[in-house]
Amino acid sequence: MDGGQNLPRVPAEPGLPRKGAGAALRHDSALKHCTGEARYADDLAEAPGTLHAVLVHSPLPHGRLRGIDAAAALAMPGVVAVLSARDIPGENDVAPAGKGEPLFAESLVEFAGQPVAMVLAATRDQALRAAAAVQPRIEPLEPVLTIEQALAREQYVVAPQHIRRGDAAAAIAAAPRSLSGELRAGGQEHFYLEGQIALATPGEDGEMAVVSSTQHPSEGQHIVARVLGLPYSRVTVTCRRMGGGFGGKESNASWIAAAAALGARVSGKPVKLRLTRRADMIATGKRHPFLYRWTAGFDDTGRILALDALLAADGGWSTDMSGGVVFRAITHALNCCDVPAVALTCLAAKTNTVSHTAFRGFGGPQGALLMEDVVHRVAAALRLPPEQVRARNFMGAEGNGSELPYGQAVEGDLIARVWAETRRDADWDRRRASIDAFNAQHPTLRRGLGSMVLCFGISFGAMHLNQAGALVHVYSDGSIRLNHGGTEMGQGLFVKVAQVVADAFGVGMERIRVTATNTAEVPNTAPTAASTGSDLNGWAAHNAATAIRGRMAEVAAKRWSIAPEAVVFADDRAWAERVGANRFLEFGELARLCFMERVSLSATGFYRTPDIHWDREKMRGRPFFYFSYGAAVSEVVVDTLTGEHRCLRTDIVQDCGRSLNPAVDRGQIEGAFVQGQGWLTCEELWWDAGGRLRTVGPSTYKIPGSRDVPPAFNVRLLDGAPARSETIFRSKAVGEPPLLLATAVWNALKDAIGVDSLDLPATPERVLMALRHKG
Amino acid sequence: MTGTQIAFTLNGRPLTLPPGTSPTVTLLDWLRGPAALTGTKEGCAEGDCGACTVVLEQPDGARLPVNACLTLLGQLHGRAVRTVEGLRGGDGAAHPIQVAMAESDGTQCGFCTPGIVMSAWAHGRQGGDLHEALAGNLCRCTGYRPIVEVFGALADDSAAPPALAAPGPARFEAPGQVFHLPASLPGLLALRAAHPGAWLLAGGTDLNLRISDHREQPAEVICLLNVPELHALEATAAGLRIGAATPYARLLDAVRAEMRLSALSGLLARLGSRQIRGLGTLGGNLGTASPIGDALPPLVALGAVVTVASARGMREVPVERFLTGYRSNDLAADEVVVSVLLPWPPAGAHLGFEKISKRHDQDIATVGAAMLVRVEGGVTVEARLAFGGVAATVVRASGAEAALLGRPFDAAAVAAAAEALAGDIAPLSDWRGSAAYRLAVAQGLLHRLHLRATRPDLPAEVAEIEEVA
Repeated sequence: MDGGQNLPRVPAEPGLPRKGAGAALRHDSALKHCTGEARYADDLAEAPGTLHAVLVHSPLPHGRLRGIDAAAALAMPGVVAVLSARDIPGENDVAPAGKGEPLFAESLVEFAGQPVAMVLAATRDQALRAAAAVQPRIEPLEPVLTIEQALAREQYVVAPQHIRRGDAAAAIAAAPRSLSGELRAGGQEHFYLEGQIALATPGEDGEMAVVSSTQHPSEGQHIVARVLGLPYSRVTVTCRRMGGGFGGKESNASWIAAAAALGARVSGKPVKLRLTRRADMIATGKRHPFLYRWTAGFDDTGRILALDALLAADGGWSTDMSGGVVFRAITHALNCCDVPAVALTCLAAKTNTVSHTAFRGFGGPQGALLMEDVVHRVAAALRLPPEQVRARNFMGAEGNGSELPYGQAVEGDLIARVWAETRRDADWDRRRASIDAFNAQHPTLRRGLGSMVLCFGISFGAMHLNQAGALVHVYSDGSIRLNHGGTEMGQGLFVKVAQVVADAFGVGMERIRVTATNTAEVPNTAPTAASTGSDLNGWAAHNAATAIRGRMAEVAAKRWSIAPEAVVFADDRAWAERVGANRFLEFGELARLCFMERVSLSATGFYRTPDIHWDREKMRGRPFFYFSYGAAVSEVVVDTLTGEHRCLRTDIVQDCGRSLNPAVDRGQIEGAFVQGQGWLTCEELWWDAGGRLRTVGPSTYKIPGSRDVPPAFNVRLLDGAPARSETIFRSKAVGEPPLLLATAVWNALKDAIGVDSLDLPATPERVLMALRHKG
Repeated sequence: MTGTQIAFTLNGRPLTLPPGTSPTVTLLDWLRGPAALTGTKEGCAEGDCGACTVVLEQPDGARLPVNACLTLLGQLHGRAVRTVEGLRGGDGAAHPIQVAMAESDGTQCGFCTPGIVMSAWAHGRQGGDLHEALAGNLCRCTGYRPIVEVFGALADDSAAPPALAAPGPARFEAPGQVFHLPASLPGLLALRAAHPGAWLLAGGTDLNLRISDHREQPAEVICLLNVPELHALEATAAGLRIGAATPYARLLDAVRAEMRLSALSGLLARLGSRQIRGLGTLGGNLGTASPIGDALPPLVALGAVVTVASARGMREVPVERFLTGYRSNDLAADEVVVSVLLPWPPAGAHLGFEKISKRHDQDIATVGAAMLVRVEGGVTVEARLAFGGVAATVVRASGAEAALLGRPFDAAAVAAAAEALAGDIAPLSDWRGSAAYRLAVAQGLLHRLHLRATRPDLPAEVAEIEEVA
């Protein structure tokens, strides 16, 4: 790919291919990351006259916007304009789905941090100082700040959704035992290291070109067009790479792009909008916090017979993508367990808080917490190990069903397998004994062991998003240019898709140039999200590449008077009938020949995920193309004097099908686990009584550091388990599922301190207070 | 001769900035703007993420990683800076650390990577605990495992240190701004007397947030970095004399080398990050007098004495009297802190220097504690318990101390002291912890002190647990 950077690592890991699909190639930009040459949006040279935009935020969580005093700001040096809702030529609506989410507040402010205006100035410092001088006049209204308050008012951004099977109430009443629980889980700031940014440049006839750090260029294009009142064809959005996304640069990146574009439209100049970390943290959405209330019926063996549960998300002030989060939470609420009778209700409450949004897992991790809470409380009530209770209820285990209550079956053998292998890798029984021995002799420290088994559905819940396009050109020198709708946020999508294309053409990676994602090259794309990036774009690129390869084969076949099917592409050559035959053409030679023969060497590729459907009325269907499985065991140690804790060891087995790139996949597993660990332990969003977020930077919001990673961290990809669905080269998605594995740390903490439940995040404070509460 | 233009070495090449360059522009803004060196990234502009890490190359060969977002151009006068662009060899080849990080899957999105590479370059020479070396760099993608492996296998390169002459006094002017760099204590005191409203700037790890984060433009700054009298670090008969502008990095080295203070090294190693300790100073913590400054409880517990000076003369103030309230101190408008005398702890005393925070590394204390208990003849004869983060300023827990004195240092005495502690401190609730938690933790730390004293064979905290097999 880039200047020969992507040679196979030496020594190659034994047994793995050295090139093409399945090779453990490093990230295509790895060396450029390390030398500082990889360019992010803020690194591009600014055109002369570029203006800088800074947002003005509401200081109050709820109120009537009576006006905006901008005179002082307008008089400050360098200030060009102060823009607000009335300056918008198109619609003041940036809702990614549905309607009614203004870019700038009009008459109502609905959260502290909401953009009410935007300053344009010659320098960023001038714009920052001027923005601080803009005074929104707001008449306060009573805010709704908690899920409980919103539930009491029946105030929702997503109305309650239900999945039912059997008669849960009757089954609970009939069960030998029953138990109720309540649990709270906090949200999570994405904390991508590169904050939100867009650079908009106006062109002819209303055209707008936007460089955006976005996971969803097409949506950015649509929202810019909506705000400016333009057809989509006049707007181009480009993204070469992001400095992290994690879901935070889907809908949030779109409104940032729209705000920059509005500035460019009004001023006629290029406008850069780069949020300060503080602005990013107060104005952009986060992972949804959840409140759970449940009642379960079970028997003395730990078999859970019935579950009635409410999963209430805090949606924040607007809908954003909460519908999708609710869908994923409710479809993952049983995780890997079979419960015969269920009544699940999931909703997103409307509060005067920033609008919560996509975050790696998209409600799935929150859904899975429910079942873990149930399993652990049931186990505690029966004085059984929680692992035994969970396994007793595994889907597909003896006597259990393997169909989720919405009608889709999972592969119980893989659930059993990942758990058995992880338990073995973790040396469970020996360590259980040594932990108990430690706890018996230490006066203040307590160790604990916990586990997690996950079952995560892969496909967008919004069925129409399960499509992708690619554009492949072979040039007459045999070099290949690859473009697709997926975006690169560090997850290694570009290298994986390039591996697919290299495999299709039988060429080396150095031949392939992956180019920036651009709405003008591949239109009408889905976001890079839901772990589907390589599944969707890999197939689309493969389809494009094989279309060209077919035409090239015909040219070669004609020359050799053989059937096109008999042309083999390998080792950067086209061969007559077999690799190593004495008739062959260098790939570049064949490309040149195609050009001389007037054969097209360019193709688009398209892919739509087959065999998926979902009935939103009945809440039934087969929404996922397949499921991903994984398991983890974590050991922790807790200080009972202070609540401080550490994860000492984690063992993971994760199903990646037949991995497209084991090095990239391992990185995704490790990174997701640690990110999940942060969500569940040290990352705490803290709003004050006035509804203002007070954890607004890394000094107050603590993501894991290197010492927080388990010092023994054993990660293994499940062996010999090619995907059973027809995925690209039988690989499986890996972006999100392993985040759920961090739940093992939560479970280990409960084990260490001897409690059956623990609200999240399990900060040292919550751990100590849970200990005190237990007495 | 007084310098009037900022001059420093960048990536091995001497550089003089044009007259009128604002001396309070952050190095980060200057690198990414006028210098067009965009490899150094902005992740937070508050010194906590490390994406902007660059290295100050010291004449003695030491490499100090610092946050470019908290370093002002004026502070660089006479110093040498290296950025990620300056690591390539003369032949243009990437540095072996850059290659190793790339080959080991140490990057995903790559945005934190230049800063991590610079921390690695410094660590290769400085050595020490690798998590300590990484504490100031956040990565959100990788989960750190590959980065930790690279840090664990670093070798120093042979790059020679820069030859730097000690700069004389300097004064930089820009529209609306004057930045003074005195080079002697009398020079500093004269300036302070003449400009009592000026920012008194040492490392700037707190003060420069007002520029990096809040975009202030101070009219007048007096920078203490080049005043040799403020850089003392000397073991005397009475204790360790610490110059007010001595960076914590040097103090930590000295404390590690001094048996009598070894109990303090664990806490100082958790003060900020290497980037913060490269610039931050004890004088700065005393100057801002924040109740959550990590170093203040030890000063109070050990009975440190602060030496302050003005053109009128010098005086000494016990640190407990120096800290007068929330972010306020006993420093007159014309005075500066010169040094602190940290007395040696009495031999045989039980010492505990503790910090409880949400994250072990590079976090601000929810509760800080420094505890000294001396037992003679079976009874406690001296107890000095100082807590930070539990009141407007660092406080002595006099009730708890009284509960310990004159009786055996046993579980019952500790329980009584813990109970009395509730009357000594008045914590607030905020994002770092509730009042109830802060009290519970402060009490827990008394028990930890007792555990350390009575069971030295056991790990006393989670950080001391060895890796499990």
